[in-house]
Amino acid sequence: MQQYIDFFRTHRQQIDESCAPALNSFREKAFDVFRKTGFPPCPSEDYLHTDVAALLKDDFGFFLNPPGRTVDPHKAFRCNVVNLNAIKHFIVNGYLLETKDNAPLPQGVFSGSLHVFARQHPELFLKYYNRLAGQEEDGLAAFNTLFVQDGYVLYVPEHVILENTVQLTGISGGSSRSLINRRILVILEAGAQAKLLLCDHTSDEKSAPAVTQVVEVYAGENAHLDFYELEESAPEAVRLTGNYIRQAAASRMITNSITLSNGFTRNNYRIDLAGRQAETRLYGMAIADARQKIDTFTRINHLVPECRSSELFKYILDDEATGAFCGKIIVSPDAQRTEAYQNNRNLLGSRNCRMYSKPQLEIYADDVKCSHGMTTGQLDEAALFYMRSRGIPADEAALLLKFAFTSDVIQGIRLEGLRDRLKLLIEKRFRGELIKCQGCI
Amino acid sequence: MQIETEKQIMSDETNNLLNELTNKDYAYGFVTDIKTDFIPKGLNEEIVRLISAKKDEPEWLLDFRLKAYRYWLTLRMPEWAHLDIPSINYQDIIYYASPKTKETSRHPDEVDPELLKTFDKLGIPLHEQKMLSGMAIDAVMDSVSVKTTYKENLAEKGIIFCSFSEAVHDHPDLVKKYLGSVVSYRDNFFAALNSAVFSDGSFVFIPKGVRCPMDLSTYFRINARNTGQFERTLIVAEEDAYVSYLEGCTAPMRDENQLHAAIVEIVVLDRAEVKYSTVQNWYPGDKNGKGGIYNFVTKRGICKGESSKISWTQVETGSAVTWKYPSCILAGDNSIGEFYSVAVTNHFQQADTGTKMIHIGKNTRSRIVSKGISAGKSQNSYRGLVRINKGAENARNHSQCDSLLLSNTCGAHTFPYMDVQNETAIVEHEATTSKISEDQLFYCNQRGIPTEEAVGLIVNGYAKEVLNKLPMEFAVEAQKLLSVSLEGSVG
Repeated sequence: MQQYIDFFRTHRQQIDESCAPALNSFREKAFDVFRKTGFPPCPSEDYLHTDVAALLKDDFGFFLNPPGRTVDPHKAFRCNVVNLNAIKHFIVNGYLLETKDNAPLPQGVFSGSLHVFARQHPELFLKYYNRLAGQEEDGLAAFNTLFVQDGYVLYVPEHVILENTVQLTGISGGSSRSLINRRILVILEAGAQAKLLLCDHTSDEKSAPAVTQVVEVYAGENAHLDFYELEESAPEAVRLTGNYIRQAAASRMITNSITLSNGFTRNNYRIDLAGRQAETRLYGMAIADARQKIDTFTRINHLVPECRSSELFKYILDDEATGAFCGKIIVSPDAQRTEAYQNNRNLLGSRNCRMYSKPQLEIYADDVKCSHGMTTGQLDEAALFYMRSRGIPADEAALLLKFAFTSDVIQGIRLEGLRDRLKLLIEKRFRGELIKCQGCI
Repeated sequence: MQIETEKQIMSDETNNLLNELTNKDYAYGFVTDIKTDFIPKGLNEEIVRLISAKKDEPEWLLDFRLKAYRYWLTLRMPEWAHLDIPSINYQDIIYYASPKTKETSRHPDEVDPELLKTFDKLGIPLHEQKMLSGMAIDAVMDSVSVKTTYKENLAEKGIIFCSFSEAVHDHPDLVKKYLGSVVSYRDNFFAALNSAVFSDGSFVFIPKGVRCPMDLSTYFRINARNTGQFERTLIVAEEDAYVSYLEGCTAPMRDENQLHAAIVEIVVLDRAEVKYSTVQNWYPGDKNGKGGIYNFVTKRGICKGESSKISWTQVETGSAVTWKYPSCILAGDNSIGEFYSVAVTNHFQQADTGTKMIHIGKNTRSRIVSKGISAGKSQNSYRGLVRINKGAENARNHSQCDSLLLSNTCGAHTFPYMDVQNETAIVEHEATTSKISEDQLFYCNQRGIPTEEAVGLIVNGYAKEVLNKLPMEFAVEAQKLLSVSLEGSVG
C-alpha cells in the first residue's frame, strides 16, 4: 500500500497533466481516504477470500503518459456477435480509443471517453462522478479514483432510447505487469433506455495485468438499462471491480456478469433501490477450472417501499478453482412491500475445488417477501445414467447437464444475438475448445 | 372498497394485538432473599486462585484455569456479531457467589428450605416426595449446584450425573480426559473467560451400552446481584449410550445487565446419541430495554464415533442479548448432527444465534431448522456455518431458516456461511422472511377463529417443527413460554 502512496506523491503532476481538471479535483479526497483505510483488510466479513493488498503487492507498472495504446485492438481482438448492431468502443489499458466508424448517435447522447466528458461537460461530470463510489470510505474505490485517467461515459438524456447496444471492449496487458485503472460512468436520465455490453479481455494468454474498474450507474425515473459483462482473461490476470448502481423510481435494470476464463476476479456490486417500484435483476455465472478464483460480493439496498430485486448466481467449478459468493440484501425500516429473492447454485466437479457461499438477509421492515436459497452439489447421477442408457456418452451427458445448468442465467440476457453467441462460447468452454483471449468468435 | 376497509380493520386489529405483546411481564423475576457468600469484585489471578481454592480443586485444574486466564488477557471481545452490546466492564463483576446454607442444617445433604421454595416457585420441586417423575434434576443457583435428584438411582446403572465440582473430586480422570477436549480454552474470548472462572455446572457420563432411563435436566438460576454465572456442562456418552438432557434457566428482574458465559461440551462415541434441549428464559430486560442477561454461551458437541448423533433443540425466549452457536463436529463416519431452534425476540432483545456443522467424517449428515420470531424493537439474527471438509465424502446438509416478523420496528437477519471443499457433498440452504400472512388470518377468521387465536395458531404452527423435537415435559413448557414471550393469549 505504501508504494502506491509514495508513487502518487512523486507522480502526482504527471497523473494530473493529461487529465481534465474536473477529474483531478477528486484525487485529493481519495488520497486521504486511501491513506486512512488502505486496501480492504482480509480476512474481514466482506473480504473473507480476497486479499487485495496481497494481489497488488507486486511492483506493477502504470501507463501514465503517453496513454498505453500499445495494443492494436483490431489485431489483438476479434469479435463477431451477429445481429448486435453495436456502437463499438475499445478501452485499451484504461484509455478509450477514438472511434470514427460508429453511426451517429441520437441528439444529446454522449458515448465516449471519460476524460473528454469531464472537459466538455464539467457540470454533469461533477454532478455524477464518484458520488456513488465515494459515498462510503471504500479503499478500493478510493484507489481507483486516485489513479484513474480515463474510462468510458454513456450519457443518455431524458426520454431518449438508444436502440443500438454499446459494446465496450476492454483490452489490458502488454509485456510487463501493469496496473490498469479504469472508470465507467453511465447516466440515464428519466425515461432513457440503453444497453451496454462490456467484454473484458487480456491482450494475450501470457499477460498478467491487474485491473481495477469502478462502474457508476445512475438510472433515472422509468429508465431502463441492460448491463452485460463478459470476462475472458488470462490465468495470471487480476480483476477487481466495484459496481455502484443507483436506481430511481420505476427504473428497470438487468445486470449480468459472466466469467468464462480469468485469473483472480473480485466483483463487488452495490445496488441502491432509491425510488419506489424500482426493479433490479442481477445475474452472474462463472465457469472456473485450473486455479481460477472468482469472488463475488453483492449488496442490494432496498431503501424505499415497493421495490423488487432478484438475484441469481451460478458457479461451475473444476480442478483447483475457488469460488466465493457473498450476497447481502438489506431492507430498510421504511421499505415496506419489498420483494427480494436471492439464489446461489454451485456445481463442483473435482476433489480440489472449493466453494464458499454466504447469502445474507438483513431485514428491518415487516411487510416483505424475502428469501434466499443456496445449493452446492454435483451433477445428478440419475440424469447422467438416464442419458447414458440412451446411448449418450458420459462426457457428452455431463456437458449437456452443465449446459442446462447455465441456461437460466443465459435466459436473463435480452439480446438475442448475444445470447446465441454465449451459448456457443459456453459450449466451447466446456469442451475445452475456447481459445482464450482471442476474441469471441 | 368495502373489502379494502375490512382488510384495513383486520390489519389494524392484528397490529393492536401484536402491539399488546409488550404487555406481558416476566414471571420468574423474583429475588430469593438468601444469604450469599460473595468473593470480591473483579478478575485477576488471585480471584482465579480463590475460586479454585473455594472449590478445593486439584492442582491440574488450577493450572488449566490460570492458562485460560492468561490467554484471556491477550484477547479482545469480538465485535463481528450483529449485536449492539455496551462495553462490559469485566472488573465490575463478581465471579463467584454461593447461596449460604443455614447453619442450623443438621445434615450436609439437607438443602436450605428457602432454596427449595425458590425452585418450587420456578416449578422445579426438589423435595424427594414431589420430585418430577421420569426426570433427574441438577439445580444450580449462582455459582453452585444446590441439589441433584435421583443421583443414586442412576448410579445403579453406572450413570454419573452430578455437579461439576463433585465430578472433579469423585471422577477426576474422566473430567481430566474430556474437559476442554471439545471447547478449548483458546476457542474464543468467552470460552477463555469461562475456563478461567467457571464455578459449577453438571457432569453426565453414560457408560457403554446404557440407555439413560430418564431425562436428565439442569436448572440454572441467577439470584445474586452484580454476579455473573459461568457454568460448565460436560456430557460424555460412551459406545451405544443414549441420553436426553434438558436445560432451563431464569433470573430475577434487575436494572443492570448480568453476564452468563457458559460452556457446554458433549462427547459422543460410536453409535451413541445425545439429545440436548434448552429452554432459555433468562430475564430479557424490561419494555424499555433496561436490564436483562447477556447470554454468551459456547456449546459444542463432537460425534467422535461412527454413526453417532447429536441433536440440539433450543427454544430461546429470554436474555437481553443472546449470542451462541450450538455446534456439531461430525468427525465419525456416518455421524449425524441436528439443530432445531426457535428464537423469539421482543422489546429491545437482540439475538445472534445459529449453529455450526463441521463435516469431517464420510457420509455425515446434518440438518438445520431455525425459526426466528421478531417482535417489538428487537433484532433477531440467524448465523450458521456449514463446512464440508476435504475428506467428508458424501456429506449431506440441509438448512432451513425462516423468520417471522411481528412488528414494523423489528429486524430479522440471516447470515449463513457455507464452505464446501468436497465435490461429493450436497449442501442446501433456504431462508424466507415474511410477516404473518393476511390471507392466513383471513382464512381463519372466515372459519370463525378470532384473530387473536389465529395469530397463536399460526405462530405455533410455524414453530411446531422445532417444538415437536422437545421432550414432552419441555414441549408443554416451551409452548407456554412462547405465548408468554409473545403475548398473553397467543397459543
